[in-house]
Amino acid sequence: MTRRQFWLRFIAHIDRQLLLGVGLLLLTSLLVLYSADNASWGGPLNQMRNIVVALAVMWIVANLPLHYLMRTAVPIYVLGMVLLVGVALFGEISHGARRWLNLGIMTIQPSELMKIGVPLMMAWYFEKHEATLTLKNYFVATLLLLMPIMLIARQPDLGTSLLIFASGFYVLFLAGLSWRVIGGLFVAALASAPVLWSMMHEYQRHRIMMLLDPSQDALGNGYHTIQATIAVGSGGILGKGYLNGTQTHLDFLPERTTDFIFAVYSEEFGLIGNMILLSLYSYVIWRGFVITSHASTYFTRLMAGSITLTFATYAFVNMGMVSGILPVVGVPLPLISYGGTSMLTLMLGFGMLMSIETHKKLVKT
Amino acid sequence: MKKRVEFKNHQREIFHFQLRLVVGIGFVSVLMAILLVRFVYLQAVRHSYYQTLSESNRIAIVPIVPNRGLILDRNGVVLARNYSGYTLEINQNKTADTEATINELSTLVTITNKDRKRFSKLLAESHNFETLVIRNRLSDEEVARFAAQQYRFPGVEIKARLFRDYPFVEKTSHLIGYIGRINDTEVSQLEESDLAANYRGSDYIGKTGLEQSYESDLHGTTGIEQVEVDAGGRAVRMISSTAPVSGNTLVLSIDAKLQEIAEQSFGSFRGALVAIDPSNGEVLAFVSKPGYDPNPFIDGIDTQSWDELNNSPDVPLNNRALRGQYPPGSTIKPFMALAGLYFHTRKPEQTISDSGVYYLPGSSRQYRDWKAGGHGSVNMFKAIQMSCDTYFYGLATELGIDNIFNYLSRFDFGKKTGIDMEGETSGLLPSQEWKAKRYQQIWYPGDTVSVGIGQGYTLVTPLQLAFATATLANNGVAYQPHLVKEVQSTRSSENRLIANQPLYDLKIDPKSLDLVRRAMVAVTQTGGTAVYASLGAPYQIAGKTGTAQVIAMKQGEKYDAEKVDERLRDHAWYIAYAPADKPRIAMAVLVENGGHGGGTAAPIARKVMDYYLLGKVPKPLTDAEVKGAGEHD
Repeated sequence: MTRRQFWLRFIAHIDRQLLLGVGLLLLTSLLVLYSADNASWGGPLNQMRNIVVALAVMWIVANLPLHYLMRTAVPIYVLGMVLLVGVALFGEISHGARRWLNLGIMTIQPSELMKIGVPLMMAWYFEKHEATLTLKNYFVATLLLLMPIMLIARQPDLGTSLLIFASGFYVLFLAGLSWRVIGGLFVAALASAPVLWSMMHEYQRHRIMMLLDPSQDALGNGYHTIQATIAVGSGGILGKGYLNGTQTHLDFLPERTTDFIFAVYSEEFGLIGNMILLSLYSYVIWRGFVITSHASTYFTRLMAGSITLTFATYAFVNMGMVSGILPVVGVPLPLISYGGTSMLTLMLGFGMLMSIETHKKLVKT
Repeated sequence: MKKRVEFKNHQREIFHFQLRLVVGIGFVSVLMAILLVRFVYLQAVRHSYYQTLSESNRIAIVPIVPNRGLILDRNGVVLARNYSGYTLEINQNKTADTEATINELSTLVTITNKDRKRFSKLLAESHNFETLVIRNRLSDEEVARFAAQQYRFPGVEIKARLFRDYPFVEKTSHLIGYIGRINDTEVSQLEESDLAANYRGSDYIGKTGLEQSYESDLHGTTGIEQVEVDAGGRAVRMISSTAPVSGNTLVLSIDAKLQEIAEQSFGSFRGALVAIDPSNGEVLAFVSKPGYDPNPFIDGIDTQSWDELNNSPDVPLNNRALRGQYPPGSTIKPFMALAGLYFHTRKPEQTISDSGVYYLPGSSRQYRDWKAGGHGSVNMFKAIQMSCDTYFYGLATELGIDNIFNYLSRFDFGKKTGIDMEGETSGLLPSQEWKAKRYQQIWYPGDTVSVGIGQGYTLVTPLQLAFATATLANNGVAYQPHLVKEVQSTRSSENRLIANQPLYDLKIDPKSLDLVRRAMVAVTQTGGTAVYASLGAPYQIAGKTGTAQVIAMKQGEKYDAEKVDERLRDHAWYIAYAPADKPRIAMAVLVENGGHGGGTAAPIARKVMDYYLLGKVPKPLTDAEVKGAGEHD
């Protein structure tokens, strides 16, 4: 095998267009992290490590044939559920929430696993019953979705549970859940809002109230939103220039390497930068949709669609939160925020997309 | 057949999926559009608004408080100064639990209960997110001890500040006054007069005395430092700064040593003394006894000390020289004599026969002379020298209240002198009109009789009487009395001399002036009422004693000092100027419950004149002198 052949084998299952978009976003991440970390290499270097690991995972997943992927659905889902129950029973409390499970060697956050596990399980379920889909199947799929969500919402982790709900809902939607049922669910959700409100924790209600009027509590819970909005707004059209964001470098922005990294980017690169970032995200999402439309099986269509829509949702929720149109929920900016776990989950998803794209011919034959 | 259906289903299924996918794409497009609109709104439409917010986040305008101007006496002796010291201050904004922090701090530095009380008072009054003083005047050791532990107290810091100090303490308390923390009323006053900006960062404002009256000179101009700060409020770098301009220095016409001597000469008596240079209106001494220590007022006096001062029967907080109103008693007689001469009511040589009692024509009501049996044959000169009441009863009746009012108001009795200190009272010069308005009563002839010897309705302040005496000493040419001689700016070109401002010339007939002067000199010589206090003076003193009744005597009752409670005893007055031929100092002395002017008030005046004219420093008072046995008025 020549070197060239080896190389071709090596990249055979990598979707170049998707990799291009993802790669540009990752480069942006390093660039912004350097600034957000006050021009130090610490943040970018650690993130580089996360990226290398995540790329490796992506490569592995991209090379997995589809039936392997399908086979992992049930074990992952079951494992996730077991861990979630474990968290509920023995989880560690940190910041008033029980999200982490100490396994002795490492502390894990099982809800992260379910971000992939839930849509995977649901897509697998629909594939199994593809030929004879009835309303009952949708009902079962919904149960598969709601069980982990209840557990996660109880932790409490409203942001993650809503995002997992979204990814599962996308599966239901793409699987053809009738518009009437969707409408009914929507009405039911509206009707249950007051009940949900009363079940929420005080800080969760606060965050929603803050969205309506952040100045109400300018030094408390509204502080994050106000300072982030100021950072974005003061960026103007051209931005304050790389490394010149005053909100960033004078410490006004909270959590600026993680959830609020978009404010750093936006302050320094302005509206032009934001448009470029939106374009990059749109490009990745577009490629995801193209892959979805090529997908050859029911399972892969559902899976690819859900991954793509969920990715879009993450990006929207984070940027919406930082620019003050959504409440502050702990959602990182996909591929850009500092952090290994979310990076890993996302790249796993992209690996699946690539696998779906590059293995489809095998299925067809 | 079946296969075809399945195939068709498959196609339809794909079609349905593609439809859903298109909806999904539409959904994502909407999300992206929402973000784009939001970004355009924030970054283009509202950019300048957020730009401003970001700048105000970033840039803190730090006021630099100017040093308060000094107050010096006419010879440069410091009466109010600033010294630097360390304070321990708590930033309430950065301190979650101030109570716990204070408890922690008290393990490092002494924090008394008084400090705590004062702090909670400050906390209740504080306006914005300012830092509040918990301890003043830290010792070096305390500073070092705290500095080593500072990391434990993020919201607590040591600051070097300038403190105000009044080295003459109670001796100048009523003159200098004091500064104190700015209260809410003063904040709104400052805002109304557009001075609020200049007071950013200022904690203190003049509350009484010259500190209050010359606030605008003493305060100075606040400087501004624009600094870039981080979210923690720490200054990162300076952007620009405008230096503050220190407050102006006040140079007073007061002679500190004279003031000290005058103050001490009162011994344990209460009273007031105002000494004026008659040739220009400069106030040389301005005493109100008792004084108080103004220093504790600066950072908020504690309630207990305040109550003690405020409820003391000696009323130490009352500025008697400026605000105390007393009947002038016989000190009014020289002015009454001038009125008589002016209206030609009596000729100088005209005598009356004094039997010790005066009756209004057609009345049996007795108006007694202070001397039982009277003074015999009395002309104007003798009437002043011996302070003959009967003579002035008659003179007043003959003048009538209208003429008395007319003439005495030329000496500004009943009016504020307009001295450069706030809070002056105007005294009272009665008239028919005033009585009608005040009591809805007509003026009785008997009222005039009392006015003739400075009793009845007439009230004067020590300052007013000193001013009138100075005008008399200066041959009827009045100068505006003032305490500040010069306002010195940090830029010497802007120094401001307080002009010696002639107010008016009464154009008194020189012969009349000469008569009154000679008679007042005779008061201090053998046969006069102030002879003992004037013995051995190498300069001539023109003086007049007086007694202000505290309680009214009933008809036929005789006042007996021994029988009357000390606080109800008469107030003693003395007005004087010297040297009589070329006066350099004129004054009024009031001794509350001092009995007779010649006995208690005149010796005080003598000491002040001896020092001012001869540079003679009096020996400390003996106990006997403190209570002074009286001569008769």
